[in-house]
Amino acid sequence: MAQNKNSRNPLHGLWALTNRELKKWYKNPYLLFLSIIQPLIWMGLFGRTMNIGALIPNIPGFDAGAIMQQTFGTSDYFSYMSVGIVSFVTLFTTMFSGMSIVWDRRLGFLNKVLSTPVARGSILMSKVFNAVIRSIIQVSIVLGFAFVLGLKVGPDFTPLSLLGVFAAVFLIGIGLSSIFIAIAIRSTRIETQMAVMNLLNLPLLFASNALFPTALMPDWLQPVTKINPITYATDATRQLILYTIDMQQLMFDFLFLGVFAAVFTTVGILLSWRYLTR
Amino acid sequence: MNNDAIVVEGLTKVFNKNLVAVDHVNFSVKEGEIFGFLGPNGAGKTTTINMLITVLKPTEGKATVCGFDILKQSSEVRNCIGVVPQEYTADEDLTGLENIILCADLYGIPEEISKKRAQELLELVELNKFENKQVATYSGGMRRRLELACGLINRPHLFFLDEPTLGLDVQTRTATWNYIKLLKKEYGMTIFMTTHYLEEADALCDRVAIIDHGKIIKMGAPNALKEELGGDIMALSIEDSNIDISSTIAAVPRVKEVKKQDGTYRIKLEDGEETAPSIIEAIRSDGHKVTRLSLTKPTLDEVYLEYTGKTMREEEESSEAMFRQRVTMRRARGGAH
Repeated sequence: MAQNKNSRNPLHGLWALTNRELKKWYKNPYLLFLSIIQPLIWMGLFGRTMNIGALIPNIPGFDAGAIMQQTFGTSDYFSYMSVGIVSFVTLFTTMFSGMSIVWDRRLGFLNKVLSTPVARGSILMSKVFNAVIRSIIQVSIVLGFAFVLGLKVGPDFTPLSLLGVFAAVFLIGIGLSSIFIAIAIRSTRIETQMAVMNLLNLPLLFASNALFPTALMPDWLQPVTKINPITYATDATRQLILYTIDMQQLMFDFLFLGVFAAVFTTVGILLSWRYLTR
Repeated sequence: MNNDAIVVEGLTKVFNKNLVAVDHVNFSVKEGEIFGFLGPNGAGKTTTINMLITVLKPTEGKATVCGFDILKQSSEVRNCIGVVPQEYTADEDLTGLENIILCADLYGIPEEISKKRAQELLELVELNKFENKQVATYSGGMRRRLELACGLINRPHLFFLDEPTLGLDVQTRTATWNYIKLLKKEYGMTIFMTTHYLEEADALCDRVAIIDHGKIIKMGAPNALKEELGGDIMALSIEDSNIDISSTIAAVPRVKEVKKQDGTYRIKLEDGEETAPSIIEAIRSDGHKVTRLSLTKPTLDEVYLEYTGKTMREEEESSEAMFRQRVTMRRARGGAH
């Protein structure tokens, strides 16, 4: 019987696996709807309801706008917050990539894939790319809504800035999902994975500048925010959309995100060679 | 060099340093045969398969599949085998056709070939009418057939089937058996399968290995194993129950043992169908008349009982294995859920 006449393009299997995950999402409008509604609720709740600008007393000689500008870098908390949501969306979407590898293991799909010649790294990277592609699409939709609801863009904003935002989402997305997959790679229990997600999501979010400026956080929390990649992704996004761009700071943000992505993707691939096969 | 499809020497898997799932098993599978692993749940069948298909690393021992070492040449092994796992692994959200194409992509089969093969396979398993339906709407039998088709997409030389009819009803099971027989007949495929259904091993396998607690207890052709037990059993009565004709019966060739209990003769004999007429003939020429007669063939049940000292039983398993089996059973029973 014919054997080994198959073409061996390693990307073949990678795209097939990624597409499988994406299909589950875009073929299910309900799931798509839910994954977009969640960040919108956050944006509405925090960004609009918690109108921090209104907390500052309207005393003569007391410039609320200037105080807001100094603290948040923009006069309007909604703008500050809705851009922070970009990291939020990415974090929550990538978190599920670890979950999906546990499901594949439990349902036997992973064993089946492992018995085929597809590269072990492709199995991991398909989950990563799925999460990143989803994040980018969700981020676009969420930002679209934010513009409609009154996001005030900064002076340096051009439509090209959005490409920069996508690049930031791409980098933090592959880094974060590699971490979550690495945690899940040997796990067979959904419950453990849920606990890990619950443990990490809110602290990662709050110990960053996504919702609130880090400068106002207590001293002991400052170092955490400095190594939290979400801080850098959010800062890059804010610079690109809201602020006057500080080129040096922006470069550093991208450098940090690039290193973060490279390190954890490498760790993930190494672990998948070692541990996918038990 | 040994030309057998599978050669296993001292293969062992220990989980968590103390749970011995497979314990130094040795066997080989010849080209073109259907070889069955028969044993209860938790006996080590799936663990053995998972090692042979390069999904699990053995703790000890070695094995070659299609002549390739499972550890050193795992990608060659993966290219020459097809696998149908115990679970239904097809993605429920995708259609049957999409699932087969996904499998083809995992083997790196180019699109122009995979499309053609997918059609052939869908026709073979009679799913072509449903190829664009979501797998979630498939019945258990349809899913099992889809798994078979997926496993065949790379034209494997050697086919692994793990519990191919788990949870299926009798009718669907028989239909699945026919597909498996067809694969052997039409494609000359070598098949390694596991089952805990005795009648399945009996119906399909050229040779079986009975495995329990990770060890192979007995190996051979189903018929040979049954005959080793002492052949078939015939029960017979004659009109005049006061006369003892045991010696007449015992004199017939291939009769191994005769016992008279309450007017009934219990005869152990080889090749029951052929020997029975000679016995009747001998009794008649002795001037007696047979009034009742029954012939029972020993089943693998008795073989199993003989060598394991117990009937087939369910064993406790890890929660993960139990979960998978529950999902499989639920999906087998079918359709949308």
